[in-house]
Amino acid sequence: MKHRLRTTFQNTNFLVGFSILIILLLLTFVAPLFMQGSPLDMVGTLFNKPGNYVNRMGVIDAPKYPMSIEVDSIRLGAAVSNEEAAQMLEWFEKSELDIEWKMLNPAKDHAEIVELFLANYDDSIRLPGTSAYRKGFTRLYLKVQNLLSADGYVVQVEDSSSDSGYREVTKIQSRDFTNVKDVPARRFFLLGTDNFGRDVFHELVSAIGNSLMVGLIAGSIATTIGLLIGLTSGYVGGWVDNLLTFVTNMFTVIPSFVILILLSYSISSSSRSIVVVAFVIGLTAWPWTARSVRSQTLTLKNRDHVNISRLSGFGTVRIIVTDILPYVLSYVVMAYILQISSAILAEAQLSMLGLGPSTTTHATLGLMLSWSMQFQAPLSGAWWAFIPVVLSIALISFSMNLMNTGLDQVFNPTLR
Amino acid sequence: MTETDRVKVKRRELTDTFLEGKNMSKVYGMGRKANRAVDNVNFKFRRGEIVSIVGESGSGKTTLAKMILGLTSITEGQLEVHGQPRAFGTTAEKREYWKNIQAIFQDPFSTYNVFSKIDKVLLNCIELRGQKNLPYAQKVEIMTEACSFVNLRFAELTNKYPFELSGGQMQRLMIARIYILKPKLLIADEPTSMVDACSRATILDMLLKLRDEEDMTIVFITHDIGLAYYVSDTIYIMKSGQFVEQGTSDEVILNPKSDYTKRLLSDVPSIYEPWDLSSDDVEEDEFAAASGGDS
Ligand SMILES: Nc1ncnc2c1ncn2[C@@H]1O[C@H](COP(=O)(O)OP(=O)(O)OP(=O)(O)O)[C@@H](O)[C@H]1O
Ligand SMILES: [Mg+2]
Repeated sequence: MKHRLRTTFQNTNFLVGFSILIILLLLTFVAPLFMQGSPLDMVGTLFNKPGNYVNRMGVIDAPKYPMSIEVDSIRLGAAVSNEEAAQMLEWFEKSELDIEWKMLNPAKDHAEIVELFLANYDDSIRLPGTSAYRKGFTRLYLKVQNLLSADGYVVQVEDSSSDSGYREVTKIQSRDFTNVKDVPARRFFLLGTDNFGRDVFHELVSAIGNSLMVGLIAGSIATTIGLLIGLTSGYVGGWVDNLLTFVTNMFTVIPSFVILILLSYSISSSSRSIVVVAFVIGLTAWPWTARSVRSQTLTLKNRDHVNISRLSGFGTVRIIVTDILPYVLSYVVMAYILQISSAILAEAQLSMLGLGPSTTTHATLGLMLSWSMQFQAPLSGAWWAFIPVVLSIALISFSMNLMNTGLDQVFNPTLR
Repeated sequence: MTETDRVKVKRRELTDTFLEGKNMSKVYGMGRKANRAVDNVNFKFRRGEIVSIVGESGSGKTTLAKMILGLTSITEGQLEVHGQPRAFGTTAEKREYWKNIQAIFQDPFSTYNVFSKIDKVLLNCIELRGQKNLPYAQKVEIMTEACSFVNLRFAELTNKYPFELSGGQMQRLMIARIYILKPKLLIADEPTSMVDACSRATILDMLLKLRDEEDMTIVFITHDIGLAYYVSDTIYIMKSGQFVEQGTSDEVILNPKSDYTKRLLSDVPSIYEPWDLSSDDVEEDEFAAASGGDS
């Protein structure tokens, strides 16, 4: 036994899979320690991009450091959108002035385009087209012109004692800088926010934990039921075997996912907690474990060591536990791992169909996917709301399958 | 005939019928696929007798053994112990039955649970003897004695797993198990076919010793008619589930009536060759003494 365990942990496949799983588990335990609030707090707004968010008032309050860093072109570049840059290029083309603009990319070279535009724009050049079309260019010019000419912002607060009703707090010059660290209120969204403005990374970490729990519960239930039924029907035989095999076959013939959907559907959505869904998945996943345990038990029970135990007067339970179970255990462990990973997938599928756990207090990988689909994250380009989830599911399945391959190589060395 | 006589020590009148099978059959499967693995056999095993059941592969020897052992059900016919139908219903009755009827199987490598230490096998049969609560020291005493009976040292076996033993050692340990249980009937289903010639002689010798010392009935199942002649008092020849010939070993071997027996005999070139018992483990002295007393 000890020897087996050691060779198992020397197997590269198993080791890699196991390490991935342990890292994921550690992540789910350690990461929350460094995060504030609950994973489902709605902190942001719809699909905020990943990044470091700092409080704007905090920036004003923070000490300022004037620096001699060229900022105008950067600011201008950031201030115009791709469409506006394209509009400027259009003006260059229509105006037929001698400008080197063909090399410029409206998606990238904002700063250069704005600079060229400011230098060359002439309101007196009449472009063909409607007046509204022409006015568009004028407005654009004024916008960037304003940006450039603004030498700074004045920040005021309301103050009734003053003549104007406002009191100046501070002036912000274009070359003023603030150390981000001096801004006390900031929030880092590694993976942005989801449709409800929740921190996706925080949510993901807790969802991985919850999904693993679903897998563990469902896998344990499925494996226990499968093991019990397989051992009993294989060892006891007779009508018990006939009955159990009949039930098992029935569950195998009807696709378990259909049963799963019907079961989940019949449970009112308010009582579908994570644990209930895990139970439902476990209750439908046992048949194939039962079948293979049964067939292994059938061959094992004809081995002479079982006969010797029977001749020693041992009861059925004792023989099953000491003489059959150890022989099927390696197989059962492998089946267990596969059950866990397929239960995680089943939860994801159920949730995508809207039959997953209905909870507002916990997230699972399936629920996260389902939410991001409902709010059309892929269409909004909010990749951060679903790609990390998909990758997590893939990673968990991958690590479990690796472990399984490793175990297979250890216990069935002929496959090597 | 001196060679065989030498072995059949303490030969005496065998009258006390221990086990009797009446019209026993075993049918596997149903309908057209029905296979009569054992077909209407009758037999009588007496106290202290060595019975050989000889037949080729698939003739139903193991099936018959399993029926007698109660490991598989009897389809037709019945089994009588001391003239009474065997009591084999409740768990207690089964345990009582197995105290009296035990077996050694063919393949020592499949006879052991590879996940348990081997002393467990001996401890288990002490438990079957109803001495589960004996102090451990006394159990060790019993096991040590049994092991020395089969020329094994108990101290070397403790904490070992089956794969650390050789086939011959495993089979001897099985005999030690029998020695502890001291059943009235032992079914040895080809106990020597998987071990080397040297261990084979040792094991046969130990079986004979068991018969002599414990007055055990031994049912020796084999496909080797020469070996059967060498060890047994009575021989049953089995073919396709039926006994085609039965009688004392001399009758069957020297005056075979059935063609099948004759054919079996013709396949064995030299059944009269003395068996080589000169292995290290055999106690020659005892043999000499035994054969001396017989002739
Ligand atoms: N559990 C079983 N189910 C169905 N048929 C069986 C079963 N066990 C044995 N048989 C059949 O019964 C017949 C006798 O088998 P058995 O094992 O008794 O032969 P055997 O004389 O012991 O042979 P061998 O010398 O090879 O051990 C064979 O045809 C076999 O196929
Ligand atoms: Mg056999």
